[in-house]
Amino acid sequence: MGKIVLENVQKHFGTVKVISNVSLTVEDGSFVVFVGPSGCGKSTLLRLIAGLEDATGGRILIDGADVTDLPPTKRGLSMVFQSYALYPHMSVRGNIGFGLKMAGMPKDEIRKKVDAAAATLNLTPYLDRKPRMLSGGQRQRVAIGRAIVREPKGFLFDEPLSNLDAALRVNMRIEIARLQRSLGTTAIYVTHDQVEAMTMADKIVVLNAGSVEQVGSPLELYDRPANLFVAGFIGSPKMNLIGGATAEPYQAATIGIRPEHLIVSRDGGGWAGTISVAEHLGSDTFLYVEVPGVGLVTARTPGEVSFHAGERVMLQPDPARLHRFDKQGQAIRG
Amino acid sequence: MARAISPQKKWTFTILAWVVALILFFPILWTILTAFKTEGDAILFPPAFLPPHWTLENFVTVQTRSDYFKHFFNSMVISIGSSLIGLVIAVPAAWSMAFAPAKRTKDILMWMLSTKMMPAVGVLVPIYLIFKNLGLLDTLTGLTGIMTLINLPIMVWMLYTYFREIPVDILEASRMDGAVLWKEIVYVLLPMAIPGIASTMLLNIILAWNEAFWTLNLSAANAAPLTAFIASYSSPEGLFWAKLSAASTLAIAPILVIGWFSQKQLVRGMTFGAVK
Repeated sequence: MGKIVLENVQKHFGTVKVISNVSLTVEDGSFVVFVGPSGCGKSTLLRLIAGLEDATGGRILIDGADVTDLPPTKRGLSMVFQSYALYPHMSVRGNIGFGLKMAGMPKDEIRKKVDAAAATLNLTPYLDRKPRMLSGGQRQRVAIGRAIVREPKGFLFDEPLSNLDAALRVNMRIEIARLQRSLGTTAIYVTHDQVEAMTMADKIVVLNAGSVEQVGSPLELYDRPANLFVAGFIGSPKMNLIGGATAEPYQAATIGIRPEHLIVSRDGGGWAGTISVAEHLGSDTFLYVEVPGVGLVTARTPGEVSFHAGERVMLQPDPARLHRFDKQGQAIRG
Repeated sequence: MARAISPQKKWTFTILAWVVALILFFPILWTILTAFKTEGDAILFPPAFLPPHWTLENFVTVQTRSDYFKHFFNSMVISIGSSLIGLVIAVPAAWSMAFAPAKRTKDILMWMLSTKMMPAVGVLVPIYLIFKNLGLLDTLTGLTGIMTLINLPIMVWMLYTYFREIPVDILEASRMDGAVLWKEIVYVLLPMAIPGIASTMLLNIILAWNEAFWTLNLSAANAAPLTAFIASYSSPEGLFWAKLSAASTLAIAPILVIGWFSQKQLVRGMTFGAVK
């Protein structure tokens, strides 16, 4: 079991409000990702749940029990740090087994559990090495091994992949997601990378300036962003957000259209513009089109379509996929 | 790009370094050589560099006249004792300053350091009177105590800079792993800080071993360490250069040996935190 509930959680550092009134329910067994720009308070929120920071106000419940004033040792959660935070003076075996040793488990049992965890993570050949003798990816797996071996109520991941190179990051992403599903343990994962968020999460929590902007499944956030911030943050390349006279006919202060929802043609209808940059990625081509009176608009076309810089094109937004926002930046539904 | 050093420059600097090192070491060398001269040879003019008649007589006289080993024992008790007691106080103090700092932690650190800037003689009278009233004059307890106190600021500072280098993530990871405070300190912090603690202890032993002001003023016969042993040879009955040198050689020998074997640790200790 591992249902985590936040009720009006606040955190102030002096006069600075880092987290203001966050309420949230993380269902047992689900994979929830906190995502947001740097400084939005996502790591602080995770540390509040871990017990590494004290909440200024509100309550944190794990399986219905109020843990707000409990130290991290008594919360039954485990955490994977961005820096891995392995114990440099202990072997891989010592690192993975440390939590069990602290819990006073008999040595034989610790050995069995560590061996099992190491086997799951392909760490068996490295059990007697010190962390400094491991590669980045192996260190990361030791950190994960340390987290899973304790069979906690929940895993907390604080940007665990940001120190790895791009290829390894994709592998570890899949490995972590698979591991979490097979263990069925609740996981909260912090990242600033929205691709990680979209690919791993059952539920994404978008944070901005210490508040929750929107909570939902990846596709909910993508298809129905609640406001301008979420619309601009989720999706890559970013949604085109256009205000002013262009938005008026749609009875909105701002309209948003994703790059893949623009029909690009040489002689169709819509906005006329000139391609300033064309990025050919193979599978896709991103066109950055300068449209007079609208600004720079990003469009996504299949890779085999050959447009090049300097060419004049027409951009036709798909009306069914258009997002409308009011003056306050909130989405207009219907 | 690495800065290119011409071989000529390299030679010049090497020679210069040797000259400086020899100048610094010369008084010690002279003392050691003089210890092996007869009293007559020691005051020869012009002086003889190497002893014309090598002798061990001074060492024998010094031991029979003022019992080197008793002073040596006192020095050991004072320097090692004050270092151990100091560590017991300084480790938790430095832990709290490094990992749980309060608003005034920096001020407290500065204030502690500022006590080292005050001339010791400024507080001689009050401390002498306190020692007298508590019956601590010329006792090992009293000297160990005062040595602990005067070196405590340096110990706390050194350990503080060491602890600051330890990533707080690792301590937090141990907390997440269920380590309560004392287990966090014993199983995680101390093993990682062993080099720092060792060099702090070494430096403190050396400082306490060499300290002369308080040991000379607060001891007489019973608790007198090696500093007092040397001082007793610059007596009004006349200068005995050879015997004074023999006493000095005996007094500095142990610390020279320790220093020689632990120089790597010491240099690392003193420059720790200067570069990442």
